[in-house]
Formats: sequence, structure tokens, C-alpha cells
Amino acid sequence: MDSLWQLALDSLWPMVSGALTATIPLAIISFALGLAVALMVALMRISTNKVVSGIARGYISIIRGTPLLVQLFVIFYGLPSVGITIDPWPSAIIAFTLNVGGYAAEIIRAAILSVPGGQWEAGYTIGMSKTRTLYKLILPQAARVAIPPLSNTFISLVKDTSLASMILVTEMFRRAQEIAATTYEFMLLYMEAAAIYWVICLVLSAVQDRMESRLEKYVA
Amino acid sequence: MSPKALTPLLNVTDLHKSFGTNKVLRGIDFSVRSGEVLALIGPSGSGKTTALRCLNGLESPDSGVVSFAGGPEVAFQPGLPAKKAQVLRDRSAMVFQGHHLFPHLTVLQNVTIGPLQVQRRPREEVMARANELLERVGLEQKSSDYPSSLSGGQQQRVGIVRALMLQPDLLLFDEPTSALDPELVGEVLSVIKELAQEGWSMVLVTHELAFARDVADTVVFMDDGVVVEHGPAAQVLGNPTHERTKAFMQRLLHPF
Repeated sequence: MDSLWQLALDSLWPMVSGALTATIPLAIISFALGLAVALMVALMRISTNKVVSGIARGYISIIRGTPLLVQLFVIFYGLPSVGITIDPWPSAIIAFTLNVGGYAAEIIRAAILSVPGGQWEAGYTIGMSKTRTLYKLILPQAARVAIPPLSNTFISLVKDTSLASMILVTEMFRRAQEIAATTYEFMLLYMEAAAIYWVICLVLSAVQDRMESRLEKYVA
Repeated sequence: MSPKALTPLLNVTDLHKSFGTNKVLRGIDFSVRSGEVLALIGPSGSGKTTALRCLNGLESPDSGVVSFAGGPEVAFQPGLPAKKAQVLRDRSAMVFQGHHLFPHLTVLQNVTIGPLQVQRRPREEVMARANELLERVGLEQKSSDYPSSLSGGQQQRVGIVRALMLQPDLLLFDEPTSALDPELVGEVLSVIKELAQEGWSMVLVTHELAFARDVADTVVFMDDGVVVEHGPAAQVLGNPTHERTKAFMQRLLHPF
């Protein structure tokens, strides 16, 4: 039993450092880029131009209709056979960004549409352009609606980064696999990895609560 | 009522507008002189709100000209980019039926965002003017509150201040009291009346005939997309010459 404790303690730091140097940065970078993609796709989807909104629809449909693991494999193992070789880290970021972009686009689109049309007109009538109205007036109001589902997307993403272990990114779960492979303590190490993911998500949930209550202040 | 200047301010010529097969405006003409208060009245569906929205570029008529003395002048045609009509907002400002205040901004931010961020006027001047106007409408205590904590009448008074802050030459009111509880109507109408007495030029879409008679210099009666009668308020409201105007007045005065 003592040796199990010792192994748990000894493996803790390699795994936590895997979380700090790979899991969390991977999630944050991909989410930030993914949100930018999502906003663009959401605006394309709202567009009255049929071609533009059709492209956005197609993109969302493909991203949501195919497994993330398959998307990772296509980018990392598939593209080299057509002459495009991308390293593990950039491959993972590209795949996660595109994935978040597809899911978050629908969230952002719905949030923008939830803001009453009169808010756009009020922006126009005080002299704002469409773009400025969007950024200054519509998106801040849409954020209140979008934050709970976007938090879900982010929490899913943090856990989904474990899939990057399949394309040779040494993130937290890959550390757990490596240690387990040499010690044969699969149950211990995988439970430890699960616990660390859970702690990260607990922190994220707390952050979400704070953001939500900050945005609720103007609602009577 | 203060004496009115005779200088022309706004000229509206032959506005036509259809939504699909529904012809909402079928050739609207009227003009507003500087300092004049013009009330647009008429049954619902007569096109008066659409006509008003054209003056602020919120609606694009299929044809017709909206022209301010000294510019801008916008000649509408199908496919005219929305941007081309935006210039009308340099001269006019709109007060909406449903106020459309920005819920995520405080009262003070609501009324200063346009002057500060769009017109880029000096902050000090804008803040001083905002406080002065909020005090005028009795809301100086509310400047750091969010709109959701105000009553409907207070919200609409903020809406009026937001429009005034843009320093327009023409104020546009789209049924400013129709969405209010009856007991809150008076506080909004009295603000509008004060502005009229100060010499603000305004076009007012309203169902409040008594108020129109009290405040307006000129009344335009619209029905079915055309101007049926256009003249001094006392004459159009007190002694209408057209049958349709008479029938409308009768319905409003004796609804049962």
C-alpha cells in the first residue's frame, strides 16, 4: 500500500506539469482561436448572402458530424500522404480550433439573434455603423446568453485535449499512460489523471459562475 | 407657443414604399420648417410610422427624396446601399415607441455613448450636457442606474435625452407613449411639450389627439399610404375637411 501511495505522489508532479505545460495551454489557445473562428462563422451564417451562409452551414455540419478523434487523425496522419506534414502541437491546435469554431458558432449565432432587433436600430440611430453596433452593443448583450453554453464547450475541450495523446502530444494523459506502461498500475494512474481533470473543471465552473453573476448585474 | 421661424428644414417628396405586394407609402409629401412641430396622425397601418422611419434612414423607401436644408439630401431608389441613407442621422434623432435603451449600460452611458464614441465630442462637454439634460427631465439621481430599474416613463425620458444628446436639428418621435401605462403618459408628454415650447423642430407620430392639438403647429393626416389632409393643427383636428379625417376623429372620440 505504501508503495502505491509513493507512486501516486511521485507521478503527481509529472502529470500536473503535463497539465500546466500542455493540457491547459492547448485548451486556452485552441479556445481563443476557436472563438474567433466561431464569431466569423456565426456572422457568415446570419448573412443574407446565400453562398456565404451556405459555406458556414457546411462547415458547421462537417465539424459536428465527424468525431474529433477522426479530425485529429486526418490532420496529423492523413495530410502527410498529400504532402502536408504538420507537427503534433500545431496539428492539435488546428483540430481543436476548427472543432470549437463549429460548435461555438451555433452558440454565438443564437446569442446574437436573441438580442432584440430594436437594439440594432437604436445603435444605428445614434450614428453607429453596423460593425460598431455589433461590437459595442450587440455582443456585450449576447455574451450574457452565450456564456453558459460556451463554458460547456470550454470544459469539454479541456477534457478532449486528452485525445491529443493519440497524435503524440505529451499532455497530461500521455504522461499517465507512460508511467502506467512502466509500472503496470493502470487503475491508480488513470484515476489520478481523472482527478486532475476534475479539479481543473471545478475551477473553471467557479470562474463561469463569477462571470455569469458579473453579467447579470443589469438584469432586474 | 413661441413664434416660429419660416426657414425650411426638411422636405419630403413623393415617398413610395412596398413590403412585398403591400404598398405602405404611395407618394408622401410634406415639409417641416425650423422650429415647427408636425404631428403625423392616422389609423394604424396608414404608413405613418414607416414614413417617420424613412426620415432617419431606418427604412429605405423604393423612391422619393428626403432632403434637409443645407444637406444631406437622399434620393431613394431600389438597391440603394443602407450606408447612403445613414447621413440623415447627422440631422435627425429618433425616440422609439419601445425606448430601446441599451440594457447593459447605465443611464449616463446610454445617453453619452453616441456623442463620445460616434461624434467624438469632448468628454467634459458631453458629461456636463448629459447631467444638465438628465436633471431637466428629473432623472439626475438615476444616472448610474441600469434601465431595467427605471419605470416605463423614466425609461422613455432617458430615451428622449439620448436623442437630444446627439444635437439633432430634428427630433423624431414614434408613438412615444403608446407602450406606457396610462398613468405614466403625462410625464413623458410634458417633457415633449417643453421641448416644443423651447423651439425644437419635431415630427411626432402619435395617437394622442389632445396632445397633438396642444403641441403641434401642423398636422398631417395619413390614411392608406397617402397624405389625406395637411394643415394647421387647429384646422385639421378641429375642422377637418376630408371625410376620412372626420371618420377617424369620430372613431377616436367615440370609440364605443
